[in-house]
Amino acid sequence: MALKIVKGSIDRMFDKNLQDLVRGIRNHKEDEAKYISTCIDEIKQELKQDNIAVKANAVCKLTYLQMLGYDVSWAAFNIVEVMSSSKFTYKRIGYLAASQCFHENTDVIMLTTNQIRKDLSSPNQYDTGVALTGLSCFVTPDLARDLANDIMTLMSHTKPYIRKKAVLIMYKVFLKYPESLRPAFPRLKEKLEDPDPGVQSAAVNVICELARRNPKNYLSLAPLFFKLMTSSTNNWVLIKIIKLFGALTPLEPRLGKKLIEPLTNLIHSTSAMSLLYECVNTVIAGQYSCSVGHIKSHLLCVQKLRILIEDSDQNLKYLGLLAMSKILKTHPKSVQSHKDLILQCLDDKDESIRLRALDLLYGMVSKKNLMEIVKKLMIHVDKAEGTTYRDELLTKIIDICSQSNYQYITNFEWYISILVELTRLEGTRHGHLIASQMLDVAIRVKAIRVFAVAQMATLLDNAHLLTGNMQRNGICEVLYAAAWICGEFSEHLENPVQTLEAMLRPKVATLPGHIQAVYVQNAAKLFATILKNQEGNTDSTAAQETSQMMIDRLPLFVQSANLEVQERASCILQLVKYIQKLQQKDVEVAEEVSALFAGELNPVAPKAQKKVPVPEGLDLDAWINEPPSESESEDEQPKAIFTKEEPKHSRPRHTEVDEKELARRREARKQEQANNPFYIKASPSSQKVYQEAPGVEHIPVVQIDLSVPLKVPGLPMSDQYVKLEEERRQKERAEKKKKEKKKRKEKRSGRGKKHDSGPESEEDITPAHVVDIVTEEMPEVGMHLSDDVAQEDQNHLPVRVKICICMFCLCRPLADSEKLPVRSHRAAGAPKSSAEDGEAENATPQEPKKKSSKEKRDKKKDKERDRKVRLRCWKHFPPSGHKSDSRSTQSEGRTVVTFLVFPLPRKVCDIQGNLQDGSQVVVSVIFENKSDSFLKSMEFNVLDSLNSKLQRPEGSGPHDGLTVPFQLPPGVSNEARFVFTVQSIVMPQKLKGTLTFIVKNEDSSTHEKLDFKLHFTCTSYLITTPCYSDAFAKLLESGDLKSSSVRLEGVNMPFHHLLARICFHHHFSVVERIDSCASMYSRSIQGHHVCLLVKTSGQTVSIDAKCDEPTLLGNVLDEIKQTFSQC
Amino acid sequence: WRRNHRNTSCVIMSNNMQFMLLFSRQGKLRLQKWYVPLSDKEKKKITRELVQTVLARKPKMCSFLEWRDLKIVYKRYASLYFCCAIEDQDNELITLEIIHRYVELLDKYFGSVCELDIIFNFEKAYFILDEFLLGGEAQETSKKNVLKAIEQADLLQEVRYVIKPPWEQ
Repeated sequence: MALKIVKGSIDRMFDKNLQDLVRGIRNHKEDEAKYISTCIDEIKQELKQDNIAVKANAVCKLTYLQMLGYDVSWAAFNIVEVMSSSKFTYKRIGYLAASQCFHENTDVIMLTTNQIRKDLSSPNQYDTGVALTGLSCFVTPDLARDLANDIMTLMSHTKPYIRKKAVLIMYKVFLKYPESLRPAFPRLKEKLEDPDPGVQSAAVNVICELARRNPKNYLSLAPLFFKLMTSSTNNWVLIKIIKLFGALTPLEPRLGKKLIEPLTNLIHSTSAMSLLYECVNTVIAGQYSCSVGHIKSHLLCVQKLRILIEDSDQNLKYLGLLAMSKILKTHPKSVQSHKDLILQCLDDKDESIRLRALDLLYGMVSKKNLMEIVKKLMIHVDKAEGTTYRDELLTKIIDICSQSNYQYITNFEWYISILVELTRLEGTRHGHLIASQMLDVAIRVKAIRVFAVAQMATLLDNAHLLTGNMQRNGICEVLYAAAWICGEFSEHLENPVQTLEAMLRPKVATLPGHIQAVYVQNAAKLFATILKNQEGNTDSTAAQETSQMMIDRLPLFVQSANLEVQERASCILQLVKYIQKLQQKDVEVAEEVSALFAGELNPVAPKAQKKVPVPEGLDLDAWINEPPSESESEDEQPKAIFTKEEPKHSRPRHTEVDEKELARRREARKQEQANNPFYIKASPSSQKVYQEAPGVEHIPVVQIDLSVPLKVPGLPMSDQYVKLEEERRQKERAEKKKKEKKKRKEKRSGRGKKHDSGPESEEDITPAHVVDIVTEEMPEVGMHLSDDVAQEDQNHLPVRVKICICMFCLCRPLADSEKLPVRSHRAAGAPKSSAEDGEAENATPQEPKKKSSKEKRDKKKDKERDRKVRLRCWKHFPPSGHKSDSRSTQSEGRTVVTFLVFPLPRKVCDIQGNLQDGSQVVVSVIFENKSDSFLKSMEFNVLDSLNSKLQRPEGSGPHDGLTVPFQLPPGVSNEARFVFTVQSIVMPQKLKGTLTFIVKNEDSSTHEKLDFKLHFTCTSYLITTPCYSDAFAKLLESGDLKSSSVRLEGVNMPFHHLLARICFHHHFSVVERIDSCASMYSRSIQGHHVCLLVKTSGQTVSIDAKCDEPTLLGNVLDEIKQTFSQC
Repeated sequence: WRRNHRNTSCVIMSNNMQFMLLFSRQGKLRLQKWYVPLSDKEKKKITRELVQTVLARKPKMCSFLEWRDLKIVYKRYASLYFCCAIEDQDNELITLEIIHRYVELLDKYFGSVCELDIIFNFEKAYFILDEFLLGGEAQETSKKNVLKAIEQADLLQEVRYVIKPPWEQ
């Protein structure tokens, strides 16, 4: 009975072969899983049979099910059974199943070793064939070890069919069992010259793959492959060989040179795109050598890529762009000339091609073409369908413009208008991106604020235009930026009342909470500004009306469900109510209200905190408050604070307290502040002037007279700025030409012909505004400025060395004025004054000779520590230096380099001496290698004058140069410091110097020289030292200062700018300012006091100065005069 | 490239391929060949992701895409997508040629191949692929040689499979 059932089922099952299974699955679409599970049950029954044919059939079906995603690992042993069948039919199915289902962890694999070995040595080549094929899929380290020898034997099989497979599988064996490589390699090498081309290319294939993993070992085969490459006509083999050479050339540069010719020939001759593409890629990858031949082949590549990109085949277009982006990294110029083509690709219907083209554009922009490229992109933004691509375009536009600190933007008005235009995009997700750009630009580019504020005000005014789609997308984030900019820089607003009104509209309440919060806060800022403006007027009702508007509108926000909005609104509402009360009593409040928001916002470098020096003796890991128990001593602290607070208001401006005593206390207090990590250090000088002169000490801002109108009614159109920018550049170019002509007259002999009409080069374009760049690499700014003076060689020759020279003060802990720009906003005033008074109380009497004793103490400080301080100083110091430019001309293959030196304009040169050691100046030099060659053996030498000497190591002669302790690979920059001894500081001086170095190219090395000048101005010996009015008065009264004076005519700038300029360029600090009159103070490194009294009336500025060294004073005044004559 | 591959006449060669997948327009897997050891779970994940990505592309788009750290080369023939993954330095165009060569082989063997041929004779499709590629490297690009090897191996088999399903005959 049982037997019958079995037999019956056998018959039935026998019917169900693979086709039946497939058909069955297709017929059971609804309950596929159920059907398959019954099939699997059947298969399990079949596998229990002894009949190998039934088993093979079952295994075949399992292989199919495995592909559908079912687990068949339980049948692994049955697969092995089928593999071991002596019949090829079943063996073939067994091996197929094994190759699809087995992986390294399948344990039955170890049972197969002997079976596979048997099959490998089978007289039937197809048995061997399936075994090899299967093995290529499931070879394990064990199998590789056990069978390596058998496979190696097969490499010399009589049949090419087997040899070919054996060679290929050897690669898998090497990977799993690396020890086999050494014994098998000679035979593998033999196969490179196998009579059968199939075996030969299999061998090339394997060696190529091996070489890609470890090229070093295969260098010796290069000649053999070279022969193969020049003789083979098989494109597939050629591609592999070229790939192999691509891996070898970095190890053997000579190979690269040798390859150029055959590669160029192939590029010229082949019609197979795959081969062409491989050749081009290899040439591009080997760009490091810059021999003449290589430049030619490189040009050829670009040409061919252009053809690929122009092809109608999407695939070729895509690959062409891909390869172009590789060239871009090394030879941006040659890609830039194909800008038209790449812009065309933006129109392609294939999005992946458009995205590739966008990637390329990012790297292609320059100052010259940025506007044009962005204009094109804006057109695409308008017509792009699908938000993903449009968003991609938007982010790319912003990426392109903001890359490397807005390096390529020459006109920020244009950029702001682009950003504003972008806000009109519907449905973009990137509102926050636009917003952060607006904020960034408005904060960092001071000159643009007036314009930005006007634009933002319009945006706020027209917010309703955006509101329609605002809720759905992120574009409303832009209003966050707009509100903030209008509030923060409200002094630039043309019609602040209107803007205030716009910010308090009921519709605002529909915006997201965080934006409303910003609206409310900035409405308060605006309110302060408006009050200030209106109180000056005779009509006091206007001010009261504004207050009333605030009181009317704010309750809407007080009811907000958002806590932040609610909290801010109720605070401000109460404040305004109070103000209104005062207004009704005719009290002037504007001054106090605006004090709420006073202070300048300065950019801070991301790593700024690291540069704040840890004061001596401060252990950051130590407990600040010793945990409990010792609380008695701390009890005194709060008491002290309260008692200190008392005299603050009652203290008269000039007390009877002994001046020396006061000064001493101040000194002690400063010392303590310096050691107190929690004290927010505000710069005393800037604090006094900041309402008018915003934080000028910190940032090298170059005031630029904008030649274009800043106010544009309505929303801006970026196009008009393109035009304006064109005009500006033209004007600039014309001026430059004039200058150049003059210069050429002066030195006619040197270089005969100079291209007047040559194309405008990158360096000719100067930015209309300067960005405050606060990053690790401060010298960037120096670079911007140096572009001003650069005379650019039109030929863009390879060797270009650039040196930025920078000087800064030596051995001095940071003075308050040099501290990092901290946003002193709001908090600034209070802690300062309380500390001031508190100090006076606590200080213990000491003898009056405080200054000299401090000097002595400082002198003792060891040099090592000073060095550290210096480094920190430098990092956030205004960059400065001497600018030099190089020119080179090519003559008959050799590169001749000549260098020209330009002294840097004084306004960016900030040389400082050392307060403690009055005879030392440290010059820090940044060496930047802008050439493509390696620079080494640099020697820095300066021709000493009687007064100033370069400090040389002991034992060296007075004319010896100093070795620069590093070498410079291409594109690298490094800094070296040199100490100078200066005897007298009363006169400015210029030192001539030379830098000699070896330019090492691949094939040659030349010895080059670069001349430069160091300009030690008298200003550079002055150190910004804060001074208080009482001490200042005492100093003037003492009578041992000589006086001198100077008049400046036609100075057309606000008084606070003028003061800021003197502070910044000449290291003075403002002591006191009353209307249009200010007293200023500075001190030389040798302790000379320099006092100025600056008065202005109309365009005339008179400076009365006093100093204990008349020559020094005269020179400083001359320098000041010069500063203002330049502007 | 279509006009060019004819010049590359006979013999051998190519790339290190990671895997090859064949799937239908509906996303059903029709054939898979893995040349790198991966767990079943990973294979399934990759397959799912790739099928989705490729099917989402518009018909006029180019045949290449970057996916994870691999390059994907795919081409659609009738209702079937042929999809290969290659490494960064590998040549996309030659991979496209390999795909095309494989399609030609199937075409020759089955006689104007259709998706059903591959479904019902999936093991044959594998045998052809294995004669053409070994361990991800092309071992034989001469169509004639590949077909000859397959035919001879088929002769050794005792059972001839029905090539077309009954309703198609």
